[in-house]
Amino acid sequence: MTTLDPTVEGALPETEAAGRGNHPPGTFRVCATTGLTVDLAAEKFIKINAVFAVVFLLLGGIAALLLALTRWSAVHLLNAEWYYRMTTFHGLNMLILWILFMEIGILYFAATALLKSRLASVKAGWAGFACMAVGAIMLDAVILAGKADVMMTSYVPLRAHPTFYLAIILVAVGTLIGVINFLATVYIAKRDKTYSGSVPLVVFGAITAAIIAVSTLLHGAGIMIPTFLWSIDVIDHVDPAAYRLVWWGLGHQSQQVNVAAMVSVWYLLGTLTVGAKVLNQGVSRTAFLLYILFINLASAHHLLVDPGVSAGWKIWNTSYAMYLAVLASMIHGYTVPAAVEVALRKQGHTKGLFGWLGAAPWKNPGFSGFFLSLLIFGFIGGITGVTLGTEQINIIAHNTLRIPGHFHATVVGGTSLAFMALAYYVVPLIFRREFPLRWMCRAQPYVFAAGIVLMSLGMSFAGSYGVSRRSWDVEASGALHPVSYDPSVHVWLGVLGIGGSLAFVGLLMFVVPTVLAVFFGKRVEAKMPAW
Amino acid sequence: MSIESPAKNWLHAPTGTERAWIGLALLWCIVLTLAMPYWHFKGKQNSTGEAYTVEPTRFADRVQQFVDSNKVGEVNGTPIAEPPPGGDAYLQAQMWRFYPVLQFKKGQTYRLHISSLDIQHGFAVLPINMNFQVLPGYDHVLTITPTMAGEFPILCNEFCGIGHHQMTGRIIVTE
Ligand code: HEM
Ligand SMILES: [Cu+2]
Ligand SMILES: [Cu+2]
Repeated sequence: MTTLDPTVEGALPETEAAGRGNHPPGTFRVCATTGLTVDLAAEKFIKINAVFAVVFLLLGGIAALLLALTRWSAVHLLNAEWYYRMTTFHGLNMLILWILFMEIGILYFAATALLKSRLASVKAGWAGFACMAVGAIMLDAVILAGKADVMMTSYVPLRAHPTFYLAIILVAVGTLIGVINFLATVYIAKRDKTYSGSVPLVVFGAITAAIIAVSTLLHGAGIMIPTFLWSIDVIDHVDPAAYRLVWWGLGHQSQQVNVAAMVSVWYLLGTLTVGAKVLNQGVSRTAFLLYILFINLASAHHLLVDPGVSAGWKIWNTSYAMYLAVLASMIHGYTVPAAVEVALRKQGHTKGLFGWLGAAPWKNPGFSGFFLSLLIFGFIGGITGVTLGTEQINIIAHNTLRIPGHFHATVVGGTSLAFMALAYYVVPLIFRREFPLRWMCRAQPYVFAAGIVLMSLGMSFAGSYGVSRRSWDVEASGALHPVSYDPSVHVWLGVLGIGGSLAFVGLLMFVVPTVLAVFFGKRVEAKMPAW
Repeated sequence: MSIESPAKNWLHAPTGTERAWIGLALLWCIVLTLAMPYWHFKGKQNSTGEAYTVEPTRFADRVQQFVDSNKVGEVNGTPIAEPPPGGDAYLQAQMWRFYPVLQFKKGQTYRLHISSLDIQHGFAVLPINMNFQVLPGYDHVLTITPTMAGEFPILCNEFCGIGHHQMTGRIIVTE
């Protein structure tokens, strides 16, 4: 077996011996670093999706800083109107746009490069991208115009301009086209026998993400289409409880898409950075399967304090289904670091129980970002998630700052950080550009992770004193009946503000070198320079 | 290697520490799964979701009736209503206030009906920190027994427009 660590000389797979898949001549290149075949059409889509993703990350990041500086009660930067507008803007740009554009890029990469296949349809690639891009721009425009201050959840009957719902539908349709294009590519790769045996694990994870994504997007259509029709007065009523039920079929499952995509990226980066080998394919694949089987029902944890759904329904759905998906994450949380350990021990780092960990390539942002993502997701995100998802604790935590405290550890410290770590390989390998400011890249995962962890703690502690999320003024000044909190909440809101600002710095430390590399970076002619 | 097709016959039962970990994790998941229903019966604070559909205007009428026949005072221009022990209490949420102020006796049990006249709101009681969702068209019934005397601020915790952070109310519990 070969290792695939591009930083180790002469350790590449035999490129000559490798099959060339189903690419027509002249439509692919062979990566000098990894030996993978890169389909040129897919490469173009990976690039534009990644560029769009980073643009929305930056937009969402600017809003994030403004929000953090507003929730920091001593600063209280924005006025109420712009705070609510920026909350809507931040949620959608980050959770929907940054994440989805990245994921489509990852799917295209997995199906073409890892399966040695051409992309199923270039036209569908463009159609999907165009829908997503147009929808995204419409979405941001209508929010900034002040016509859609409804939060990303847009719970009916709070009403936004019809453009808002139409834009979301467009983004969803575009994503669905991309996902189907991915699945079609997997199909033609199998048909053309571009690989033998089973698909690689990373592709298996990507297929998992894609299958959940189809279900997610169908729920999205199921609720956003009636809501759009209601916004243009074709339908006169959308039931608020039904809306919440179906919307969370979208909102929760999409998080499972993110988890499956993130775990796939963990496996991928484990291989790319230290040459980690999967310990037991059966175990890792079964764990992915659990996500598909058991996740939709867990959407119920968003309705734990809702009227109209019985306690039996709430308990059954959250306990039975959620915990088997939790089991899946606990399995990956073991197998991924274990594979890293085995790989590092094989390379001779055998001292003591944790000698391998000390010897890991901590200066490689692809590795540190991936490993910090694993730690933050597993320890902070996982533990808070399981806690908040129980019936009684949810009564205490629902809609308090504990909730964003939880998901900034999952989808930001976890998924987003893993995607950033991936970019440290995507830019040299796909854009074939060298990163400038390499010291900044090396420090970036630590700064971002520290900021997010601090912010998440600040949110969680403030929230446990009852401070609401999505609220401009903790003091409720001017309200008919005054409210007051334990004074320590202001300390925690300060931690939120400082952590958030630090995370914003970490975000810029990612965006700036990435943009410089993509547009002005030195071309990578042969192998990518080692991190 | 995670990016190559695995060797044939890759399906093996886990062994060694991996097997131990999976067993432990599974056991923990089973404990959690059992803990939730167990605590539903053992714990004293549950979310049963009891609710009835109701037209917002009809709900407003009931609230007014409740206030008219149970008014015991006024605070900041809002009437205070105290239901008889064991009786029904009504709380109306709307942009951006809760109506009326409720007064309860410690240790008595009440059925608290909450609904919204316009959009979705949240019902958060501070500082004990209980949170429930309030939807228009649904009469959400919470069976409550106050265990402490005092004044408890109510706060809307679901975004409901520009005045959201000023949407507050009050529950008074007397000895
Ligand atoms: C620099 C990094 C970030 C900072 C400082 C930050 C900060 C914040 C703050 C302060 C809030 C408002 C909480 C409230 O008042 O209710 C918030 C909400 C949110 N953030 Fe972030 N965030 C960051 C990155 C991200 C990323 C990368 C994602 C998604 C991938 C994300 C997803 C969300 C979502 C979904 C909300 C909820 C919006 C809502 O309540 O509708 N954030 N964030
Ligand atoms: Cu969820
Ligand atoms: Cu409200």
